[in-house]
Amino acid sequence: MAEGKKKSRIIPKKYPMPEQDPNERVKNFNEVPLGQDAETITLEAKRCLQCKESPTRKLCKDGCPVEIDIPGFIKQVQEGNFSEAMRIIRLKQNLPAVCGRVCPYENQCEGNCIVGKKNDPVGIGRIERFLADWERNEQKKGKIEAPPSTGKKVAVVGGGPAGLTVAGDLAKLGHKATVFEALQYSGGVLVYGIPEFRLPKEIVKAEVDFIRRSGVDIKNDHVVGKLETVDELLEEHDAVFIGTGAGLPNWTNLEGENLNGILSANEFLTRVNLMKAFNFPDYDTPIRVGKRVVTLGGGNVAMDCARTALRLGAEESIILYRRSDAELPARREEIHHAKEEGVRFELLAAPVKYIGDDCGNVKQIEAIRMELGEPDDSGRRRPIRIEGSNFVLDCQTVLIAIGQSPNPLVPMATPDLKTTKWGTIAVDADGRTSKKGVFAGGDISTGAATVILAMGDGKRAAKAIHKYLTEDPSWPDAETFEKASC
Amino acid sequence: MCANMYEIVKAEKLTPDVTRLEIAAPHIAKKAMAGQFVMLTVDEHGERIPLTMADFSAEKGTITIVALEIGKTTKKLGTLKAGDSLFSLVGPLGMPTELKNYGTVVCVGGGIGLALMYPVVRSLKKAGNRMISIIGAKNKDLLIYEDEIEKVSDELYVCTDDGSKGHHGFVSDVLKRLVDEKRKIDEVYAVGPIIMMKVIANLTRPYNIHTVVSLNPIMVDGTGMCGSCRVIVDGKTKIGCVDGPEFDGHKVDFENLTARNRRYLAEEEISLRSFMGAK
Ligand SMILES: Cc1cc2nc3c(=O)[nH]c(=O)nc-3n(C[C@H](O)[C@H](O)[C@H](O)COP(=O)(O)OP(=O)(O)OC[C@H]3O[C@@H](n4cnc5c(N)ncnc54)[C@H](O)[C@@H]3O)c2cc1C
Ligand SMILES: Cc1cc2nc3c(=O)[nH]c(=O)nc-3n(C[C@H](O)[C@H](O)[C@H](O)COP(=O)(O)OP(=O)(O)OC[C@H]3O[C@@H](n4cnc5c(N)ncnc54)[C@H](O)[C@@H]3O)c2cc1C
Ligand code: SF4
Ligand code: SF4
Ligand code: FES
Repeated sequence: MAEGKKKSRIIPKKYPMPEQDPNERVKNFNEVPLGQDAETITLEAKRCLQCKESPTRKLCKDGCPVEIDIPGFIKQVQEGNFSEAMRIIRLKQNLPAVCGRVCPYENQCEGNCIVGKKNDPVGIGRIERFLADWERNEQKKGKIEAPPSTGKKVAVVGGGPAGLTVAGDLAKLGHKATVFEALQYSGGVLVYGIPEFRLPKEIVKAEVDFIRRSGVDIKNDHVVGKLETVDELLEEHDAVFIGTGAGLPNWTNLEGENLNGILSANEFLTRVNLMKAFNFPDYDTPIRVGKRVVTLGGGNVAMDCARTALRLGAEESIILYRRSDAELPARREEIHHAKEEGVRFELLAAPVKYIGDDCGNVKQIEAIRMELGEPDDSGRRRPIRIEGSNFVLDCQTVLIAIGQSPNPLVPMATPDLKTTKWGTIAVDADGRTSKKGVFAGGDISTGAATVILAMGDGKRAAKAIHKYLTEDPSWPDAETFEKASC
Repeated sequence: MCANMYEIVKAEKLTPDVTRLEIAAPHIAKKAMAGQFVMLTVDEHGERIPLTMADFSAEKGTITIVALEIGKTTKKLGTLKAGDSLFSLVGPLGMPTELKNYGTVVCVGGGIGLALMYPVVRSLKKAGNRMISIIGAKNKDLLIYEDEIEKVSDELYVCTDDGSKGHHGFVSDVLKRLVDEKRKIDEVYAVGPIIMMKVIANLTRPYNIHTVVSLNPIMVDGTGMCGSCRVIVDGKTKIGCVDGPEFDGHKVDFENLTARNRRYLAEEEISLRSFMGAK
């Protein structure tokens, strides 16, 4: 029937997203994809078949961690109703302009798209991005309609995607949420980690502003554990949510790591993004990169570092990664962008030590070649050193992007909060912790993950907090968390 | 954006290059302890810099910082007046000074370090210690916090590099004399220029007198998330803003700290020149 007809009409490719030319964009910090117009986005939406849900097959919607009604909002776009489409998205999604940009949709919603079985999937991410940008530009500012107050107060620790989602959702339910954020700007990794050219900070600011206008209080410059403890917050609030993220840099612990010119990805990206060192000396915070910059690691963070280094004037930017191209954990789109911009990949190689000059500056990195052996616990083939294959790379800057650990500040100041051996806060399926009235979610409980997973955690926690505040104040016994914490 | 306002309630110059600001920050004042610091940003384009709290009062709801104007940010601070506000102010950060009754404690401070030393001497005195303070500066006009420190010390020794007041020479000379006289010293606390702290640590090491130093590595966030402030203590990497800023002086790698603090020298000069030019 109609399906067959529709198939023949399928446009095999996504409508192209205009991008800044690679040779141009390495000289600026402006966003790489330029966005699409209403007409193109409507055509893109029309590539969608409006599949019906069925128990036997997975659809786009099943791949979205916050369960956006994707066919529903796309239908509205097909019919030109952008504001109705946006309303459907907002039911589930508090940071649409962010997720439309940085969500790994290729493995999530778009990964399940039926059109994508034989062709390019429907560009769900870019439609979401377009709608959020459209809303930001078209809609008037002002207070957002708030439901009647329940009189309940919730403290949210950490203003990253997890915390902002919890706070936004609680506000929609009439609870008073106050976010306590350590930094001067809210957004967590969105403001200090992900670079301007992937996620303009103006957009994060607008999304945070939207959450604020929906009735959430955000207190910046507020380090919980140093100012109030969680126990003190519990005295003044009916519940507490902890979403402090995985902000602790991992180190290589190799000889010479404290030489000048060796920075954690966090230091490098925080200087550049949060403190806007790319605008030095108009902004006061300095940053320095040498002619050749070597980035250790192969994830999104490493790609962000290597690409940022080029924009800061490095002549050569090299990624040193211990496995092969296929195992690079970064999103394919990011790897592709990095390659286009001229980032060089030194694969199957691992650092051995750093070599400094007389003034304490790094001048070389010694590395060793690797080969891949049997798969390890993660299912990826384990890298093995090829003895005697050491080589030396000249470099003036080394950026260490080999992962982040959970932020220990709050657990350290809250002795009765159970943590796991990885340092994450132990939680049950609802995000409840070993401490009554205290919930946690996002990278602090999952370990470093993604924006949308942190938001999914936040949504579940908001539901659980609502239930705890309004219907059922019972709490699991300590044993639940003993198990989770071993 | 920062919705917070941190108003300066009092601004004064202690010397031509040293500014003291009292800032309204009741939430910080309530929690602050000796040895802790704040990170502040003067304006939206500003850098986050760490400054120790030279004083704090929960009753008044204020904290006091004392800054030596050496670069762009501290010079900007020097232009602020009562009624102005800071863009951002975070604290209290870092581990507080360990307040034990050691017996007799010698506190040694130099230059701007005297402002940082004052709350430490005061708190250690309160903890029951006999306090000997040795304070120094280039000349008598640069001696800050002398009266305040004197009030909370059992003994006070003053040194100036040019001999304009007290002992003509370094604070380390006086400490050496006390050690040579076999005075009972249970603990030494030193804060000031890196070279001074290094000399003091080297002096007390052979006598096994436990010596705490307050380090000043370059910081960005001040909460442990970047590692800019890492220092080597006992051969291991420590995070200055979380594990410190105070460390066992006998175990600190001062050479590494000195080198690391010179990382942005060229940029700091550009910053300062453009600021002085603009003014
Ligand atoms: C460079 C980089 C690039 C990335 N790229 C992508 C990408 O392309 N796509 C993607 O999906 N994911 C990406 N990620 C991962 C993603 O950003 C994180 O998984 C996500 O931000 C986690 O959200 P969160 O709310 O749990 O924590 P965070 O975003 O880390 O936020 C935690 C917040 O808590 C604050 N905080 C910490 N301690 C305290 C305290 N004691 N008191 C008060 N506040 C505190 C922090 O300042 C921070 O603002 C990237 C991560 C990095 C570092
Ligand atoms: C825990 C701690 C407490 C401190 N307390 C005081 C204090 O009470 N009074 C005081 O006058 N100074 C204090 N300092 C030093 C003070 O932070 C620096 O003098 C200040 O940052 C200089 O900034 P600037 O822009 O004026 O100078 P710049 O020209 O930028 O730098 C001058 C020198 O200051 C150091 N410095 C620069 N940027 C930073 C930074 N972001 N963090 C740390 N050091 C930096 C460098 O060694 C540099 O060579 C403290 C430092 C630390 C780490
Ligand atoms: S939030 Fe992410 S996964 Fe969900 S629809 Fe949007 S892009 Fe897809
Ligand atoms: S699976 Fe693809 S084609 Fe089907 S409804 Fe979802 S987006 Fe449309
Ligand atoms: S200043 Fe960033 S970790 Fe200490």
